[in-house]
Amino acid sequence: MPKIHGAVTIEKERCKGCNLCVVACPCDVLSLQPKEVNDRGYHFAYSANEDACIGCAACATVCPDACIEVYRVVEK
Amino acid sequence: MNREEIIKQENKVYSRPRLLDDNYMHYCPGCSHGVVHKLVAEVIDELGLEDKAIGIAPVGCAVFAYNYIDVDWIEAAHGRAPALATAASRLNPDKVVFTYQGDGDLAAIGSAETIHSCCRGENIVIILINNGIYGMTGGQMSPCTILGAKTATSPYGRRADLNGFPLHVADVVASLEGTCYVTRQSVHTVAAVRKAKNALKKAFRNALDKKGTSFVEFVSTCSSGWKMSPEKSNKWMEENMFANYPMGDIKDTTANESKS
Amino acid sequence: MKDNVKLMKGNEAIAHAAIRYGCDGYFGYPITPQSEVLETLEALMPWETTGMTVLQAESELASINMVYGGAATGKAVMTSSSSPGVSLMQEGISYMAASELPALIVNVMRGGPGLGTIHPSQSDYFQATKGGGHGDYHLIVLAPSTVQEMADFVGLGFDLAFKYRTPAMILADGVVGQMMEKVVLPEQRPRRTNEEIRRQCPWAANGKQGRGKRNIVTSLELDSAVMEKNNERFQRTYREIEANEVRYEELYTEDADYLIVAFGSIARICAKAIEDARAEGIKVGLIRPITLWPFPYAAIEKAAKHVKGILCVEINAGQMIEDVRLAVHDSVPVRHYGRMGGIVPNPTEILDALRREIIEPSAK
Repeated sequence: MPKIHGAVTIEKERCKGCNLCVVACPCDVLSLQPKEVNDRGYHFAYSANEDACIGCAACATVCPDACIEVYRVVEK
Repeated sequence: MNREEIIKQENKVYSRPRLLDDNYMHYCPGCSHGVVHKLVAEVIDELGLEDKAIGIAPVGCAVFAYNYIDVDWIEAAHGRAPALATAASRLNPDKVVFTYQGDGDLAAIGSAETIHSCCRGENIVIILINNGIYGMTGGQMSPCTILGAKTATSPYGRRADLNGFPLHVADVVASLEGTCYVTRQSVHTVAAVRKAKNALKKAFRNALDKKGTSFVEFVSTCSSGWKMSPEKSNKWMEENMFANYPMGDIKDTTANESKS
Repeated sequence: MKDNVKLMKGNEAIAHAAIRYGCDGYFGYPITPQSEVLETLEALMPWETTGMTVLQAESELASINMVYGGAATGKAVMTSSSSPGVSLMQEGISYMAASELPALIVNVMRGGPGLGTIHPSQSDYFQATKGGGHGDYHLIVLAPSTVQEMADFVGLGFDLAFKYRTPAMILADGVVGQMMEKVVLPEQRPRRTNEEIRRQCPWAANGKQGRGKRNIVTSLELDSAVMEKNNERFQRTYREIEANEVRYEELYTEDADYLIVAFGSIARICAKAIEDARAEGIKVGLIRPITLWPFPYAAIEKAAKHVKGILCVEINAGQMIEDVRLAVHDSVPVRHYGRMGGIVPNPTEILDALRREIIEPSAK
């Protein structure tokens, strides 16, 4: 069975911590920074569990601020 | 595989739309406007309309839409976007003109301009962001506020006897002969976003092909105005807004043509 | 040339002149006494010849915002209406002034306030010359007194609007809109090509093609420092217009003992009153402001130096008189004579008023 590896980059200064990507992620990869905030004071999203990412782009698709880019590799 | 091996240009499956420019959006966290902006930018790019598109911005939260999507824009007076679009489109038939409006702008103060542009069958795309509230001015009741919904000007919930009934503006324009495509979409889930993008693309194609007016309503959230988290707003929208504003195509006179 | 001489109403002349100017679009809504503009355009079908767009809108609000949308794409667009309709248009006019857009608005005035009357009036002078809508702005205001000027001012209005990137208004009245006269129509000019528009209007939001950078036409600016700069730019334009574009006509001012100031249709009736006065040996002169904004303050100030008094004759309760008083700084008596409700003064009334108010005020 092919193995899928995914990763996301999050432009943290653009993020407003709305949490919609966290909710949309089917693999519980994303989380909001519990303490750290960006320059505009938002608890931004980050990959808390990056190994679980399958690069499905659900997070990026629903992100209203277009701060997420998604990469995906299918290993055969 | 490690992260460095995955994050390479050739492995990129989702990027920021090319026509969305670098300005930070002023919208509140979780606002549906951002996702719809992305779709507009993607659709214009994918149809090759970057040089042909003219957007008409509303008065309301999306007044600064022109700061985000990299095409020519005209900022209208409150509610008048379809009138501007009518002239811009008729005088520049080689261009594709779209309006981007909220429900207060489109369905209240601009109801006459909306209805008559649709009635004339202007070859434009009208995009409605319907979150049932005036977001920009601080969460007042709009014509599309559903019964029972609490707003700054219906603090105990909208009542039909006091405030009248919600205006289902998409159903109104669907009844007009000038519209070729009227659809209701949302952008709260991945599946919904994909469907919405196809609908929007169809609408822009219709304008390009001079088929009449296409009206794309996005039932949307306003977490600031609704006083809920973005996540709860999505849930409330599904449970309450969708009952009033059911998803899907309301009218599509182009359906038969595209099948053949 | 001979073929171009026609007998027609002032409103019809506006329509013919618009087509011949190479106007790109007219957007209007029926209202008496100017509906012939839209009717004539629909009958002439210019979309078949010059390609001009003509559209009957659902309201004056829609008309003016169509003009706004069209002007923002660099096209030469216009509307016409009458007083109550022009009141509705003030929103769009303010937006166009603030967005620095050229456009032409024709107001064939009727009596007000309110729904008022369909009969002629000049009671929108304040509205036209002092801003009209919200914010610090001016329109270039042209006041025709003949059908010929109705035709000529279409081209002049558009030329000035494009030169200064600001809306221009033809402030006519029901008399000059409805009366029929001989008129020499301008030669037909071609409409500008899209390429010419792109060169003339590099600011226009008409699609990015070949430009790379997007154009945004907006009147909104939340940064107060930038908004003040924008306003300062508008004001510089207005000062430039005041310096360059004042237009007026003088009649018998060289030897005049008394002066009448009047604009539009009533100026012609005043000219007859002045002939009657001169037949009796009373030396009266006339200044007819053609641009109501910018107003010919200097010309009136100069003429006032040699006269004993000034009568402002207007078909209203006295509006332009405020500008005449500003021009003469109380150096001579300035009095008003006018009728309201749609009544147009006749030469005898005007001459009587001149005697009563200016020549023998002590006998009052």
